[in-house]
Amino acid sequence: MNKILLIAKREFLSRVQKKTFLLTTILLPLIIFGFYAMIIYFSVKPGDKTAIAVMDNANLFNGKIEGDNDINFHFLQNETVESLTEKVKKEEYNGYIFIPKSMAVTGKDSIQVVTGKSAGLITRETIKELINKRLEEQRLLSLNISKAELDSAQQGVKINFPTIQNAGSNDEGKETVGYIVGYISGFLIYIILFIYGTMVMRGVMEEKVSRIAEVIVSSVKPFQLMMGKITGIGAVGLVQFIIWIILVILTRVLGAMLFPSLFGSGQSLDQIKTVADDSGMLQSISLIDWPTIILCFIFYFLGGYLLYSALFAAVGSAVNEDPQDAQSLMLPITMPIIFAIVIMTKAVNDPSSGLAVFGSIFPLTSPIVMIARVAHGVPDVVPYWQLFLSVALLILGFLGTTWLAAKIYRTGILMYGKKPTWKELMKWAFRKN
Amino acid sequence: MALLELQHLKKYYATQKAVDDISFSLEPGSIFGLLGPNGAGKTTLLRMITGIFYCDDGNILFEGQPFNPQRDIIKIGYMPEERGLYKKMKIGEQALYLAQLKGMSRHDAMEKVKYWFNRLDMQSWWNKKVEDLSKGMGQKLQFVTTVLHDPKLIILDEPFSGLDPINANLIKDQIYDLAQKGSTIIFSTHRMEQVEEICDHIVLINLGKKILDGSVHDVKQQFKENAFRVQLRQAPELNGEAPFQLLNQKDNILTVKINEGHTGNDVLQYFIHKGIQIDSFNEMLPSLNEVFIKLVEGTNATSRSFQEIEK
Repeated sequence: MNKILLIAKREFLSRVQKKTFLLTTILLPLIIFGFYAMIIYFSVKPGDKTAIAVMDNANLFNGKIEGDNDINFHFLQNETVESLTEKVKKEEYNGYIFIPKSMAVTGKDSIQVVTGKSAGLITRETIKELINKRLEEQRLLSLNISKAELDSAQQGVKINFPTIQNAGSNDEGKETVGYIVGYISGFLIYIILFIYGTMVMRGVMEEKVSRIAEVIVSSVKPFQLMMGKITGIGAVGLVQFIIWIILVILTRVLGAMLFPSLFGSGQSLDQIKTVADDSGMLQSISLIDWPTIILCFIFYFLGGYLLYSALFAAVGSAVNEDPQDAQSLMLPITMPIIFAIVIMTKAVNDPSSGLAVFGSIFPLTSPIVMIARVAHGVPDVVPYWQLFLSVALLILGFLGTTWLAAKIYRTGILMYGKKPTWKELMKWAFRKN
Repeated sequence: MALLELQHLKKYYATQKAVDDISFSLEPGSIFGLLGPNGAGKTTLLRMITGIFYCDDGNILFEGQPFNPQRDIIKIGYMPEERGLYKKMKIGEQALYLAQLKGMSRHDAMEKVKYWFNRLDMQSWWNKKVEDLSKGMGQKLQFVTTVLHDPKLIILDEPFSGLDPINANLIKDQIYDLAQKGSTIIFSTHRMEQVEEICDHIVLINLGKKILDGSVHDVKQQFKENAFRVQLRQAPELNGEAPFQLLNQKDNILTVKINEGHTGNDVLQYFIHKGIQIDSFNEMLPSLNEVFIKLVEGTNATSRSFQEIEK
């Protein structure tokens, strides 16, 4: 035990004391956030404006089609097809609609939207939707239904989805928050498994390649060396997380001091409140059972890390200098992780489906899937028995993979030469001594 | 009581009998040579003695007790043939770390590291990294980390490879010194001239089997061929009945093999009788190198073939 700690301490310090540690710890999230911010910016950013000229000879639209941010309809008078074509060619408009006099509001004739360049798919769909909506209104009006009657008929009723356990409470929006929290937590664990798993693998490979492994295993048991490495790197991960949390809090506090209008309880928060109230967002954030989620997150983070890093260590011990060997041996380990993230994306939508329940109990996928389900609420979506079974199986699974990995590791760490096959690895794992 | 005793040790791999029924014992304070060609099973044998591998069959007794790696490992220092150190770690820290892994407290380890660094003139290395060292310097550091914890049994696998003569002598002196202080040393190599110089006792293994066991003196006696070197004042005329066969003649220096039933005196008398002045006469003992080659050659050890092993 003492030696495991000694090894863990070295693994931890040798990584944390490096100059690159602070740099990557701070830069990495900045790059990731910057990346996502860019994606969001580009998907939200309004596209090019499309202006459509309308010559409505049949007065089909009563002089108005509701546009949106990107598409505007301009009603013109006394134009012909030729003059409209000319205007589009001169790029005054991107396209035109010419409605002949003969067209009736209830008719089945088609409408031509002539554009200069072929319109994109989204633009076409939006134009279709806008025109049909206006036509529908006009048709209803022609049936003597007034605008007010129409509005009251079209008004939606508020629908709540309480569960039996929470009957009567208004948890609208909890679904959404559960979805977001579940998705983010699941994804975080997925990234953690990969980053720190491969870090363990590279550490083991380094020890093997530099041939220090033999010196060390003449002093400590291979199992101690492996566990020390896993513990030490796990501690590095934990410290990184703590730094990130501190950074987040710090930016909030500093931001509130420097730009009180942006943060704090200024006007902007009221705005957020009004926006959020519509969907019950703010209320539902407080509806989420945070202590349970955080507890589960820490447990599944540690459990998943321990389970997978042992396997990654075994792979690292089996390969030699060639990183390509590592790639091919890693495949059977990365597959369940990728499988888990696929189940997770299903589970956040439908947390009670059979696949989600299975995925959240099976130890190879549970760290990622269960955290996504837990975010939807513990006794009502995830019954206690499922949670306890999942926890127990994850602990068993972690003990199992560690035992298996330790045996592969013990043989692999001193084996040089050709890359072993999985069959050989299994033979090492189940050998008696 | 023997410090270490191996009894019928066996270790079979899938395609090789790496160690096949080897027994020998080590007296405390001796320098013991473990010899064998490449692939003879030396490293596997050493790994079993250091508790890295378990043997398939047989017993290892350490200080008269069954070998228990947990307990006994601290009394063993092992320098593997493939040297390895953390390249990015500072040298002082590294030595401390390896000593602590052996079970020393940080304080004791610090004292020992300082003692050895002083002794081998390495104080200025403390804050350097291993990647800054030359191969020979790394070798010295590796030796220090092996003996830091005052082990009773020191196992050195090819300790002089890559060392220049000055540093090799330095390490050699340390080895003698450690043996003098009561440590037992196993010295594994295939460089015979070093063994001849250093070791008291040797075991030669080949193809996983022990083929020779004895003191250097006994082995040489066992394999001597009654060959003598005679240096005469002038090149002789050899004729008539001689009590020896001439193996080699270079001007006035003769190498002769004494015939059955004759002794050295007969040879001397033969030359005295001829009135030839004898300047020197001495027995030519075979070098270990010759013994080694004689025993190993022809056993296809140079390219050990793979075979299926039935367990």
